[in-house]
Amino acid sequence: MKVITIAKTGDEETVEPGFAELVQQISGKELRQCYHCLKCSAGCPINFAMDWAPNQIIRMVQLGLQERILSSSTIWLCASCETCSTRCPNEVDLPTIMDTLKEMAIQNGVRSQQTGIQTFHRVFLNCLREYGRMHEVSLLALYKLLTLNPFEDMGLGIKMFRKGKLTLLPSRIENVHEVEAIFRAFGESKRSKI
Amino acid sequence: MKLSYFPGCSLDGTAKEYGSSTSAICQALGLELIEIPDWNCCGASSGHSTNYLLGQALAARNLILAEKQGLDMVVACAACFSRFKKTNIALKENAELRGKMEEIMGIPYKGSFEIRHLLDVIYNTVGLETIKKEVTNPLKDLRLVPYYGCVIVRPHELTQFDDEEQPQVIDNLIEAIGAESLPWSDKTECCGASLSLTRVDIVKKLARGIVEMAKEAGAQAIATACPLCQANLDMRYGEDGLPVFYFTELLGLALGIEGKSWLERHITDPLPLLTSLNLVKGE
Repeated sequence: MKVITIAKTGDEETVEPGFAELVQQISGKELRQCYHCLKCSAGCPINFAMDWAPNQIIRMVQLGLQERILSSSTIWLCASCETCSTRCPNEVDLPTIMDTLKEMAIQNGVRSQQTGIQTFHRVFLNCLREYGRMHEVSLLALYKLLTLNPFEDMGLGIKMFRKGKLTLLPSRIENVHEVEAIFRAFGESKRSKI
Repeated sequence: MKLSYFPGCSLDGTAKEYGSSTSAICQALGLELIEIPDWNCCGASSGHSTNYLLGQALAARNLILAEKQGLDMVVACAACFSRFKKTNIALKENAELRGKMEEIMGIPYKGSFEIRHLLDVIYNTVGLETIKKEVTNPLKDLRLVPYYGCVIVRPHELTQFDDEEQPQVIDNLIEAIGAESLPWSDKTECCGASLSLTRVDIVKKLARGIVEMAKEAGAQAIATACPLCQANLDMRYGEDGLPVFYFTELLGLALGIEGKSWLERHITDPLPLLTSLNLVKGE
């Protein structure tokens, strides 16, 4: 880790010199060819809600601005819609790199402002571990409770229930022990510990 | 033709009508779907977003179970389809992942079968000519826009399915069953996908934009092939939205299958539109 001072503004910035190589190594994806044509950021449907545009994240990886990246909202808001990777002239696989950055943020205990999304993923995977399948009612109820927002979507939930869209009781798959074995083998990722 | 079938969690829950209309049209078109016994959730966004290997491994269990059936695999959910395509490659390239999964499941994995989206099977295997011959209730005067969303068509190297910016498969299917497919701007725009519960504000904005463009194009309804696209466009627009159909529901109606039980599940009620065009019988 190195602290540098930006000449123009006098601001101090923490830089991790090997960060780009590390991200490339973990994701298995090359990102050095990005020349910031901005096609990804122009096409990104969620750019408007992100703190940094997708190409800015790639630039920050290239520069090693690890702390800023891992605490950014961008990595969590990426919906993996693949618009950027489809249009990139240099075949930079941004959705996979965003996934790697999320995994790194979790592994290194970095909390972003998008804690709701992190909670959602945790609740989702816990439900999957328990039943082998997703039970939407459990997921919805637990998520809304844990994020202290139980009334958001309550009206929609009632409407969905009336329309028969919600199955009240979860069903467990027969060989849920195989899913448990998968969680034991892969659940504790160590690959992205910095 | 027999196919190994992965329904996925949504088709058992919020997208039940996609599941039941899929079964009905496949039966009518001579496709025998053999559900993969004891399938599990593919891991979805939460798997690959938080732990790469866990995400791949959860999807991999289903591929190993599918291979045991000795048939090509058909997937109706766009997101599950995309996961399986990626995992099939990962299983071939990552010896550690493959080895551990073979150990857990007690079966070797060769990946000697095709993974196909339902749209691909209907379009390329059944074919438009057969479908046209089977249509007994052409959806005359119904103006639709085809909505593909993201991961059925993107990225092309992975999905090997239609053009990624200007796909035509749903357009042509709509025309084959007698409805009108309108050109429009947003056929491959993203609806916000799994942010649906966590960032309702973002998904509302995206869904609203897409439905507005469909209205501007003159559509009476939207045709889709993804449970999350359907849910977001159907539920997140608010009042005065457009009905959002699964392509299987439209195909079912055109084939003369009684589909009221599917249509009653929609949040934006499609029955007034269909009744006004005499495409379903009124009460």
